[in-house]
Amino acid sequence: MIQPLHLLGFLGQASPASSSGCTIAPGGFRVDGFCTDPGSLHIPVAYRSIIPVLVLTIGALVMLALSAVLPKRARPGLWPALTALVGAFSLAGAVWQWYDLGTAGAAQPTIGGQIFYDRFSVLFLILISIAVIFGALSADSYLRREGLDGIEAYILMLMSAIGAMLMAQSGSLIMLFLGLEIMSIALYVMAAYHRRRTQSGEAGLKYFILGSFSSALFLYGVALIYGATGSVEFGLIGNFLTGNVIANNGVLLGGMALVIVGLGFKVAAVPFHYWTPDVYQGSPTPFTGYMAAVAKAAGFAGLFRVLTQALGTQQANWRPIIWLMAVLTLGIGSVMAIAQKDLKRMMAYSSISQAGYVLVGLQAASATGTSGALFYLFTYIFVIVGTFAVIGLLQGRGEARSDLGVIRGLGRRQPLLAGVMLVFLLAQAGVPFTSGFLAKFYVIQAAVQRGQYWLAVIAMLAAAIAAFFYLRIALLMYSSDPAEPGPLPVDVPPADAGVLTLGLEPIASLDLETTLVIDPPSRGPVPVPLAVGAVLAVSAAFTIAAGVSSFAIDFAKQATTLF
Amino acid sequence: MNVPSAWYLILAAVLFGIGATGLLVRRNVLVMFMCIELMLNAVNLTFVTFARMLNDVGGQVDVFFVLVVAAAEVVVGLSIIVAMFRRRAAATADDIHGLKG
Repeated sequence: MIQPLHLLGFLGQASPASSSGCTIAPGGFRVDGFCTDPGSLHIPVAYRSIIPVLVLTIGALVMLALSAVLPKRARPGLWPALTALVGAFSLAGAVWQWYDLGTAGAAQPTIGGQIFYDRFSVLFLILISIAVIFGALSADSYLRREGLDGIEAYILMLMSAIGAMLMAQSGSLIMLFLGLEIMSIALYVMAAYHRRRTQSGEAGLKYFILGSFSSALFLYGVALIYGATGSVEFGLIGNFLTGNVIANNGVLLGGMALVIVGLGFKVAAVPFHYWTPDVYQGSPTPFTGYMAAVAKAAGFAGLFRVLTQALGTQQANWRPIIWLMAVLTLGIGSVMAIAQKDLKRMMAYSSISQAGYVLVGLQAASATGTSGALFYLFTYIFVIVGTFAVIGLLQGRGEARSDLGVIRGLGRRQPLLAGVMLVFLLAQAGVPFTSGFLAKFYVIQAAVQRGQYWLAVIAMLAAAIAAFFYLRIALLMYSSDPAEPGPLPVDVPPADAGVLTLGLEPIASLDLETTLVIDPPSRGPVPVPLAVGAVLAVSAAFTIAAGVSSFAIDFAKQATTLF
Repeated sequence: MNVPSAWYLILAAVLFGIGATGLLVRRNVLVMFMCIELMLNAVNLTFVTFARMLNDVGGQVDVFFVLVVAAAEVVVGLSIIVAMFRRRAAATADDIHGLKG
């Protein structure tokens, strides 16, 4: 039965306190007490908990409406500027939430238990907002160079950010699934966005097939956990498992395993990483950086929420799984990266091995491990977005080349750009005085505190192996130019072009402009657009600042509200 | 006649298994796509059965969310497939091998 009094509160009239102590202030912005009386269909919405999501949603809709009014090719640079502005507002909202929450520790479930309002989620909201700003700024010049300028890319970016935020904030498995799908569906399209490059379409298709497969596995896991515990809300699952020893444990364990597999796909943990190198290589370069930052962060947020909040009592069962995944991810990511010839592909394996360190922090299942993992994820977005922005600048029109030779001699041609890239490479290698060193240090410290010395040793060995290929790129940058540029890998159109099947007729009015313009990078310095330069400068400055001072780790420690 | 709930769960598990196996074995992208739908619908059957067993309406509500998501996935997935295979002879996954290393 709908309770009209609560609706009155929403419409602006104060509603009296009901017997359960539930009060709703005028406007419905503040809801106190327990408002979900049995039988009530009204769910009070605490808008303060979803400000960044609201900002991004409204921003995306307003931009779509504007694009319908403005002429088609109006003002290049308008959409990225607006996207960055929306991201900045979202960031401001998230920072406000951070102070609004204060140091109140435990998570507050709001909106019918579907959303968690705590500093853990706010850290991810801040992280994702920054990724949107950086992604929009670094994508602009790339999309204009490739002749793909338009509003669609930026709307997709905002949509995927909304999904990622919902994942980070989710209070139930179904909310987590919805966020996962909102994010993933937008990312599939972003991967396939370069319609003139066959590799981009291939990346999109592979990402779509494997991503949907992993989503289905995740969802089956959700259904099994629901069957075993009778709820999909993290709090209720946790309460049930502390209060009951369940008889059909197999259903719960199967569900847990499937959920780990599904989210393991999203964070690209070995052995669920097969899509990563292809998708990272084929996707438009700035989108790869954005994807690596946002999808990984959101996937890990989901893993932390499920494993520590809902299945915290099952630690004995999931910690060995995560331990094994961490070891495999660290080892295979680092070793495979060495063998790669393509810069983007090498960075894909690098990002796989980086995920291994976050898994080390996750499997510690302690406050130290969680804050270490949060610090890792937060500092990683600056590094990875910056790395792919530099690669995007160097590739030349049509992503003409992304082999290792493209970066050769960069130190002589553009010392500043090479210096920034060097900072990112050293941070990923874990060299002291960069954020990467502290990030690796904290997660390994968490493993040692739990007495897992072998895992700590493996993680350090993997860092040493990975340092080899990071330093190899760095050495290439500062070595001399080759006398003759090697033969260019050219994106050959399929031989059977023109053969139409599946009943698909070419639609003339669509004007697909299917020819890819390939223009290899010149021998001289590449121009660095102002927006990309700003992103690179801020990222490099943050990477060093977080490595030499303690503000970022303090931030991550305060966000550790799960324990 | 009263069919035990466990039978529905087993049927759903079998359907899910068929979908997952088909996705991994079949090479036609459209068939792979159908296998994903089969997996999602197997999950729906599981949700409804558990909702019935637990006497809880929540599981049935979850099915609606899954249906909506599946519909959205169909739209995006088919668009990517069409864009990809517009100029190709057949929609088989083996043709897509440009990216490797």
